Amino acid sequence: MQIDLRTVAIKPVRQTFDNIARRFGDKPASRYQEGTYDVQQTDIFHYRPMWEPEFELFDERRTAIRMKDWYALKDPRQFYYGAYTIARSRQQDAAEANFDMIEERGLADLLPAELRQTALDLLVPLRHAEWGGNMNNSFIAAYGYGTAITQPCLYHAMDHLGVAQYLTRVGLELQGPKALDDAKASWMNAPLWQPLRRYIENTLVVRDWFETFVAQNLVLEGLVYPLIFDRLDGEFSAKGGTPISMMTRFMGEWSVETAKWIDAQIKVAAAESPDNKALLNKWLAQYRGAALEAIAPLAERAFGADAEATLTDLTNEFNSRCAKQGLSV
Amino acid sequence: MDMKATKKKLGLKEKYAHMTRGLGWETTYQPMDAVFPYAKFEGIKIHDWERWEDPFRLTMDAYWKYQAEKERKLYAVLDAFAQNNGHLSITDARYLNAIKLFLCGISPLEYVAHRGFAAAGRNFPGVGPRIACLMQSLDEIRHAQTQIHALSNYNKYYDGFHDFKHMLERVWYLSVPKSFFDDAYSAGPFEWMIAIGFSFEYVLTNLLFVPFMSGAAYNGDMATVTFGFSAQSDEARHMTLGLECIKFMLEQDPDNLPIVQKWIDKWAWRGIRVLTLVGMMMDYMLPKRVMSWKEAWEIYFEQNGGALFNDLARYGIKMPDCVKQCTVDKEHISHQAWATFYQYGGAAAFHTWSPTDEEMDWLSAKYPNTFDKYYRPRFTYWREQAEKGNRFYSNTLPMLCQVCQIPMVFTEPDDPTQICYRESEFKGEKFHTCSDGCKHIFDDEPEKYVQSWLPVHQIYQGNCFTPSANPADPAFDPMLEVLKFYNFNLGHDNMDYEGSRDQQNFNTWRGLATKNV
Repeated sequence: MQIDLRTVAIKPVRQTFDNIARRFGDKPASRYQEGTYDVQQTDIFHYRPMWEPEFELFDERRTAIRMKDWYALKDPRQFYYGAYTIARSRQQDAAEANFDMIEERGLADLLPAELRQTALDLLVPLRHAEWGGNMNNSFIAAYGYGTAITQPCLYHAMDHLGVAQYLTRVGLELQGPKALDDAKASWMNAPLWQPLRRYIENTLVVRDWFETFVAQNLVLEGLVYPLIFDRLDGEFSAKGGTPISMMTRFMGEWSVETAKWIDAQIKVAAAESPDNKALLNKWLAQYRGAALEAIAPLAERAFGADAEATLTDLTNEFNSRCAKQGLSV
Repeated sequence: MDMKATKKKLGLKEKYAHMTRGLGWETTYQPMDAVFPYAKFEGIKIHDWERWEDPFRLTMDAYWKYQAEKERKLYAVLDAFAQNNGHLSITDARYLNAIKLFLCGISPLEYVAHRGFAAAGRNFPGVGPRIACLMQSLDEIRHAQTQIHALSNYNKYYDGFHDFKHMLERVWYLSVPKSFFDDAYSAGPFEWMIAIGFSFEYVLTNLLFVPFMSGAAYNGDMATVTFGFSAQSDEARHMTLGLECIKFMLEQDPDNLPIVQKWIDKWAWRGIRVLTLVGMMMDYMLPKRVMSWKEAWEIYFEQNGGALFNDLARYGIKMPDCVKQCTVDKEHISHQAWATFYQYGGAAAFHTWSPTDEEMDWLSAKYPNTFDKYYRPRFTYWREQAEKGNRFYSNTLPMLCQVCQIPMVFTEPDDPTQICYRESEFKGEKFHTCSDGCKHIFDDEPEKYVQSWLPVHQIYQGNCFTPSANPADPAFDPMLEVLKFYNFNLGHDNMDYEGSRDQQNFNTWRGLATKNV
């Protein structure tokens, strides 16, 4: 049975802002739409930036990718700030409960020594790579074009900081502050980590922000996350390392969610024009090769004799994911 | 191995240090100067980023948790506001004109602050300040969006809200706040922090944010007051960041002092000029007033700001010189601004009106030295003319200041009957400014300010018409064509409040809601 309360009904003069009505017609708009579309200024800037006088403050020429409408790059999750923080706060509640349980029951102390060492060697230094992910995405948030893509890149940057902080807690949980010092030394000097560190430092000097997006979000995350938070995580679970899986559950879920958003960006940009597609293919080939080299030592450490098979498998999955977005693999 | 021994509880400060600055590293495969290309060109010298004191210690998980809680509450109130015709609870629809100014002039700048802090959060070589800036960047997009969402409901029922981004880029008076943020964002990351992080967020925020939000509270505007309260704890974080940043710069190297002082002087004056619009809002636009502009200036700048500058004196920082002129200006600028908008009410996207007798008495009491002597006669005369059917609208275009972009309407510090203007020459051309403060800023960076897109100059150059405008047509009306370029709904967005659609609708709807017709 339905009950209807009566309210004083007043007919609105208009349903939404003009910029939204010009795109979608004058009808009620979502909070994602009103908070995202056309929020970045596009016309008439007063001064050229002192730090880059060849461009306007917001300038679509900062990438070689061309879009007729930059708002075609919309976020399938429809994240505006409120939706974003509420989604993440639910995930952090779950993560917090996991950490609490591990601490209360001393579960970390029960881990087999070999798994503990693998986690210390592979998960903890990765926090520096995550910090690189933060830097690359804050670069896009600052210098990219159109709120549709710059907004989620800031969220993505902050997520990387969150992941880096969860990995820090893993180190503190497993061994205390020494784990962080060892991980930092390893990140700076151990042969295991140098190829990845070089890859990331090379992305930090890229000036085309869409290239950064491909190098960091599509390629690097597309290979590192499945390797560490899917394949290696499977090993942890299978061999009695469930507490480690509990501490990295956030990352596993997060990478599945964010991959959908990343794919949507690549798909739309590739479909826009043959030039875009050619450029994306070029970047894909360039960075996939470099990233596979960068993660080879990690796969070796994680899977030993099975490393090559695991990487082949991952590459195939990654290639088929890229093919679905219209890229040539 | 004995894990228990190493797993002692870490202190909050220690734990936070691990969670943040422990993450960064000195790059070796690429030079640090290539990774952080904008860290040095402004001349600020930083020797040790590790000396940065984190002004607040918030990890991402805590940030998500606190902020999500605030968002849930905020949107629950906004939903209830929309469902229950909350717009009819305001004191009077005249009030909304203050909020139109806010949505068109301030909210889009929250967005620019978001982008600028994202850039600062990428560009500083120190991890501590980067994370603090990124969190502020995230807060700023929150503020832009919560403001748009809160005011979206007013846009459905009232005029002047409908195309705020388009108007910000084009409309003459909106170039004042726009150029302010363009100026800050086009500077380097350190100047950005002094301009926005310190001057705007710390020194002037009480004169911008507080008057608008208090005005909302006094006038029954539940939507605005809700995002205002919700943003308060964010603003407190931003203030501590701005203060930490300036102290850090000053502690790192004595050579930084003259640069920082120059920026403080510049941005104090730039900010104070923008606040003219707030002064006008407080004195003329709120049906129920909170306090006068002069009182706000005395409390928030002269008293609180004075204490701040006393505190900074140990670093060698001096109160900006322009403050002397402000103590004269505080008696005048709000009246001069409202008089200007009253005359140009045909070309503004909000309504203007004559103050009532009761309002003029309030102004006399608040401004005993100036209102009756200089301003009451003017408003009285205009009102008499309006009552005779001669509501005065100026159809000429005012000359704009090359720096602050406000029309040249302010008077000489020693003679309130004489318009103040200053002249500078650069590469054989003359440029005009409204005050010693703006002339000083121009003369220091003429290459920057000659670039200003001055709306009035642009109109005269023919750059402010829609593509369909035909100047060869004998019926061509340039003023009308400019308003079309601004995308005004002519006769609804602009002109006097008396007789406006807002006025009629509000009275009709309030009648529907409170009477049995």
